[in-house]
Amino acid sequence: MDLLEYKGKQVLKRYDVPLSAGAPAATVDEAVAAAEQIGYPVVVKAQVKIGGRGKAGGIKLAGDADAVREHADAILEMDIRGHTVHELWIEEATDIASEYYAAIIFDRSAKAPLVMLSTQGGMDIEQVAAERPEALATLHVDPLVGFQPFHGRRLAFEAGVDADVVRPVGAMLATLYAAFEGEDATLLEINPLVITPDRRVIALDAKVTLDDNAAFRHPDHAELDDSRDADPQERMASERGLTYVKLDGDIGIFGNGAGLVMSTLDVVAHAGGAPANFLDAGGGAKAEAIAASVDVILSNPNVKAVLFNVFGGITRCDEVARGIIDAYGLLQPTVPFVVRLDGTNDAEARRLLADANLPNVHAEATMDGAAARVVELARSGEVSA
Amino acid sequence: MSIIVGTDTRLVVSGLTGREGTYHALNNRSYGTNVVAGVTPGKGGQDVEGIPVFNTFRAAVAETGANTAMIFVPARFAADSILEAEDAGIATIIAITEGIPAHDELKVFNVLKRNPDVRLVGPNCPGVLSPGKANVGIIPAQFFKPGNVGVVSRSGTLTYQIGNELARSGFGNSTIVGIGGDPVPGSSFVDVIALFEADPETELIVMSGEIGGSAEEEAAAYIAENVSKPVVAYIAGLTAPPGKTMGHAGAIVSGSSGGGQAKIDALEAVGVRVGRTPTQVAEIAMEILGA
Repeated sequence: MDLLEYKGKQVLKRYDVPLSAGAPAATVDEAVAAAEQIGYPVVVKAQVKIGGRGKAGGIKLAGDADAVREHADAILEMDIRGHTVHELWIEEATDIASEYYAAIIFDRSAKAPLVMLSTQGGMDIEQVAAERPEALATLHVDPLVGFQPFHGRRLAFEAGVDADVVRPVGAMLATLYAAFEGEDATLLEINPLVITPDRRVIALDAKVTLDDNAAFRHPDHAELDDSRDADPQERMASERGLTYVKLDGDIGIFGNGAGLVMSTLDVVAHAGGAPANFLDAGGGAKAEAIAASVDVILSNPNVKAVLFNVFGGITRCDEVARGIIDAYGLLQPTVPFVVRLDGTNDAEARRLLADANLPNVHAEATMDGAAARVVELARSGEVSA
Repeated sequence: MSIIVGTDTRLVVSGLTGREGTYHALNNRSYGTNVVAGVTPGKGGQDVEGIPVFNTFRAAVAETGANTAMIFVPARFAADSILEAEDAGIATIIAITEGIPAHDELKVFNVLKRNPDVRLVGPNCPGVLSPGKANVGIIPAQFFKPGNVGVVSRSGTLTYQIGNELARSGFGNSTIVGIGGDPVPGSSFVDVIALFEADPETELIVMSGEIGGSAEEEAAAYIAENVSKPVVAYIAGLTAPPGKTMGHAGAIVSGSSGGGQAKIDALEAVGVRVGRTPTQVAEIAMEILGA
């Protein structure tokens, strides 16, 4: 789960990460009230989960209530690279002497957290890493040992931070590591990490990703979720416990097992089509789960045809066939279905589908054949529509 | 010969008394796997269809000589169960459980790597099958028969798909290893490919990877230096958009890393043939083995 800046800061605050004072606002009036509380000048910041907010006009300095009103009005509902602004973060303006960068990422390859520090903050860090790798100090922390003071000193000296802030920058990294570990984060990025003229170290922005698998340890994480950001189909799918990702195309996909579904998307693209979604119904999918899945797939108005690609291991193909027949009766789809069932009880499944003799349901024997067929049907649907 | 599991496997199942644990452990036993014990704290002294249940791994190992553990407990208990199995001296731990927190997996990996005698496969994997010898996990064994193709995969159903296409063309498998779809798998492609390279029964290695991480690129580098047997690969998720997790916690293209095409390029650069669809993988395998 990716967090909005202000929710990420709420999490960091619990670990005493130094931050500037602020308050969230969903309306212009709330923004003004927050600013009055904080005191001027303030910064009005768009809350969206995408970079480049400043360049897009989503971050503005305001010296009085009128300016807050004007900026809040302009930024709310603004579209920033495809993300609509629903909330603002009104923050005390911070004087900046230097902009640094700090991050902790979950390094899968090294099997350890990777802590990074650079004095080249405020810009794209991938660019810094590519152009001036020596400006980015990095180290892996043994998760069994945890972050030690020497880690902080080493990073601060190697990054070349100003001598007088070596200690507070190290302390800041220690608090960030405590939050990373304590909250089951998989990413924590502070860009910029600022040094104020009076030599305080402040996390001015926060990008935090939390591990959904650890939600059972953190009941409070549920409040950090912004489901209104989610697409309607994705929200519907998550309420039904399905693994669904919306895509740009027009061919609905139903499958079992993440790898096979990914492969199905590729084979459809290979055949010249464009998938409308990723949907993994999981192992042992029962008839009701199938009907729920089909409902989600068809609720996307772009879908012109649906491909069912199932390999039955634990999942029994005859169960899947029954589920498709039930879903068909229940939902009366107007788009064609292509069904490819292989594996446990596949012969019985094919017999069930043949007996049901549903209009516009096409059985195919192979994955490649099914992909070609569904692409062809989606195209002919386009022509007749 | 086979790798990881075989006729000498003595299996203890953590979570044997749960619904799924019972079902799959009995399935494994009826396939011929020697299931010697279960572990469920508080249920020591009971049995499941004649399989004795112990309170601790330590007791299970002492009483039955178990040498392999299958982890079937819910995600919140799984890391603890893996560590307990290692502590009790179990050499091979196969973790089926999905949804384990990434930080727990990190801790488990770093504890286990200090013990050179232990191997973890998974978590979030379908297990390991050596056709005709032993099945530990949830791989549907009926689709596979003994043979000379070793398969290692991040995905369960995709393994069955590829394996089934091979079987239809008359090929069997030495061992099928599901390493799982999580960000921190206990065993990597490199670990399993090294075992297949050393296994006299394996003549061809099929690896089925997917987007996310860099395990496939690391495998390519390893193959170039260390592997004499032919390797055929498949990479799923080539068309997945960046920033979206495709079902498996580990399957995500983030920024410039983890993309499918880079993995294919890395593998092809070292002479690994990469099928563009599961069917093509089977066709290439047949061509190499001269079917």
